[in-house]
Amino acid sequence: MSTSLTEETQVTKAGVSTRLSSLDTLESEAIHIIREVVAEFEKPALLFSGGKDSVVMLHLATKAFWPGKVPFPVLHVDTGHNFPEVIDFRDRTVERLGLKLVVGSVQEFIDRGELAERADGTRNPLQTVPLLDAIQQNKFDAVFGGGRRDEDKARAKERILSLRDEFGQWDPRNQRPELWNLYNGRHTVGQHVRAFPISNWTELDIWRYIERENIELPGLYYAHQREVFARDGMWRAVGEVSQPRPDEEVITKTVRYRTVGDMSCTGAVESNAFTVSDVVVEVAASTLTERGATRADDRISEAAMEDRKKDGYF
Amino acid sequence: MTTISEIPAGSINEALPTTLFRFATAGSVDDGKSTLVGRLLHDSKAILADTLDAVARTSADRGFGGEKGGIDLALLTDGLRAEREQGITIDVAYRYFATDRRSFILADCPGHVQYTKNTVTGASTADAVVVLIDARKGVLEQTRRHLSVLQLLRVAHVIVAVNKIDLVDFSESVFREIESDVQQVGRELGLGSDGISDLLVIPVSALDGDNVVDRSERTPWYTGPALLEVLETLPAADELESHLESFRFPVQLVIRPQGALAPDAVAAGLDVEAYRDYRAYAGQITEGSVKVGDQVSVLAPGQSPRTTTVVGIDFAGASLEEAAAPQSVAIRLADEFDVARGDTIAAAGTVREASADLYAALCWLSPKPLREGQKVLVKHGTRTVQAMVRNVSGKLDLATFKLEAASNLELNDIGHAQLRLAAPLPLENYLHHRRTGAFLVIDPLDGNTLAAGLVKDHPGDHEDERYSI
Repeated sequence: MSTSLTEETQVTKAGVSTRLSSLDTLESEAIHIIREVVAEFEKPALLFSGGKDSVVMLHLATKAFWPGKVPFPVLHVDTGHNFPEVIDFRDRTVERLGLKLVVGSVQEFIDRGELAERADGTRNPLQTVPLLDAIQQNKFDAVFGGGRRDEDKARAKERILSLRDEFGQWDPRNQRPELWNLYNGRHTVGQHVRAFPISNWTELDIWRYIERENIELPGLYYAHQREVFARDGMWRAVGEVSQPRPDEEVITKTVRYRTVGDMSCTGAVESNAFTVSDVVVEVAASTLTERGATRADDRISEAAMEDRKKDGYF
Repeated sequence: MTTISEIPAGSINEALPTTLFRFATAGSVDDGKSTLVGRLLHDSKAILADTLDAVARTSADRGFGGEKGGIDLALLTDGLRAEREQGITIDVAYRYFATDRRSFILADCPGHVQYTKNTVTGASTADAVVVLIDARKGVLEQTRRHLSVLQLLRVAHVIVAVNKIDLVDFSESVFREIESDVQQVGRELGLGSDGISDLLVIPVSALDGDNVVDRSERTPWYTGPALLEVLETLPAADELESHLESFRFPVQLVIRPQGALAPDAVAAGLDVEAYRDYRAYAGQITEGSVKVGDQVSVLAPGQSPRTTTVVGIDFAGASLEEAAAPQSVAIRLADEFDVARGDTIAAAGTVREASADLYAALCWLSPKPLREGQKVLVKHGTRTVQAMVRNVSGKLDLATFKLEAASNLELNDIGHAQLRLAAPLPLENYLHHRRTGAFLVIDPLDGNTLAAGLVKDHPGDHEDERYSI
């Protein structure tokens, strides 16, 4: 082959006319990983919150095993502060696909005195204990997550198959090298693996894929009218667990959510993106990262995600 | 050339789908690698405002750029707290940016610590690797080591960025001398002249952005493309390999719902009766392409190849006429063979007999050294088998490219070894098959990955000259 920088080769010997698009390549990679994990592990489960990344993960799983059923249950760690419409979406999706749903409840742990409410009211960091408990109780040896490397610098260094010890901890200094498309999921008793098939997707890839595949999402990802108040530079929804202080003025705005997590720490952004195509355009032009714009829990410290992951978080 | 910068509203959906290109960077902090990566991300507008604000604040706190101020782009790739505390970079970091033409996945490989491990990891999936050289220092031993590893791993495009060209006053003679040294090393290795790889040399200043995204006016003597232009136009490895190679498909699992059909597919009108006896082999095409009607061989351990015809290529409800690497599909065959995970479906008549003797180059990635007689696991495609290390025949001196006598391998060594497998595998020479010629060596005790393996020769072949350096 010469050192030529001319036009891209479009025609192969076999007559396949064009290269796969980047979305097709990412989809193919994710399906390969999902199938590897199902083939090599005894009891996988998929973390499903009703958030867009986990919805895309479930969609990929249905494609990987078509026309068969998705061969694993879904696991949701319910903070007790979830948006009701997201819980409703979760239940409808599970029903539609004939899946088993396992729920780990933060509220039950608090009620039993095994977890304490935080002073700031945020429950996202509290999910780790119920998550690890559900993994142990159900003997899950692999847990699929919708984590993406473009989200955070700790995630940028995490493997696609990430080994966790008996305590669910991630050790960034002791990761297995990941070579070619050969994934090593071997683990000893007590260890489990977190699998991140959409590691290489960006937020824009997710939205373009949702648009292309016509994937249904909870309505709050699209612009809607909502009563909100300003706190920490974010618009927070008024709800049972998210009440304004006397000095915080409640106003009605047209907003949407870029990430959907716990109501107590997820902020909305002002937006006129009413359709998926609008969102694709908005995300492409956005000047803020999705976590920076909408997650109070990632603002706690510069290494917030790194610390949570080491403790066994998603 | 344009960047993603401002996409006019409404135009994104009309744009042609972009393709994916994976590349890695190799070099040390001193070569300005972090600054180069930061520059690529910054100038291609991949860095969003909140991240840039944080970097600007830290730059100011540390007094970067003196009186003038400025943003320390190296901070954009600042790593984990665990790394900052120890002042080292532990691991490969993956970063993402896009232009109108391509989406890029960048494997940012740290240089000093465990450079072989990180370079091997980053290069194993890369279409191209950018190696940095400091223009003031020229080709160093580390450069030779990097190029040697890249040649061994068969990276299709090697781009040498001669950085800090501003610090040698944009001198053409300095650049030409380094360029000539690089090409000399390339000739010694066969890099750029082996019909597999190419080797490009570009003068850049990562600090000021010369020839990174746009061509620089300060290097009028350089008439070639800027780095990003090169990355946007080089053919990806899959394109090159679909020319060279025949169809290979390691079976991941069998899809056989036996009545347990997906409720959503049934609700959408799937003909339940027609799918009652559905049986297809799921996997990702690793090389070449396949069409309905093609003759294929099924390779399974302990059996001679069985030949049959492809009757269907399915993907999530769509029937495809043909498919190519790296597509994930499900393949239906005319004959009801007992095909299972670990078997390989290949274009008929293109694969040689499976072999239990494995001659390989091993890139040793573990602090536990390799000993002769050691029992290990070998993961090849979708099959894992037990193996024993028969002997280590030597290790490479990466600086001189000579094979030295050795009887064990330690972390970051690359050596030659012979393994005996408990079951024969359809091995192929890595030189021509980047997927079916690759394998992992795994520790059966703790499951950790010990080595990246490259199949050297099929038993009975002549020793391949390129691997007997």
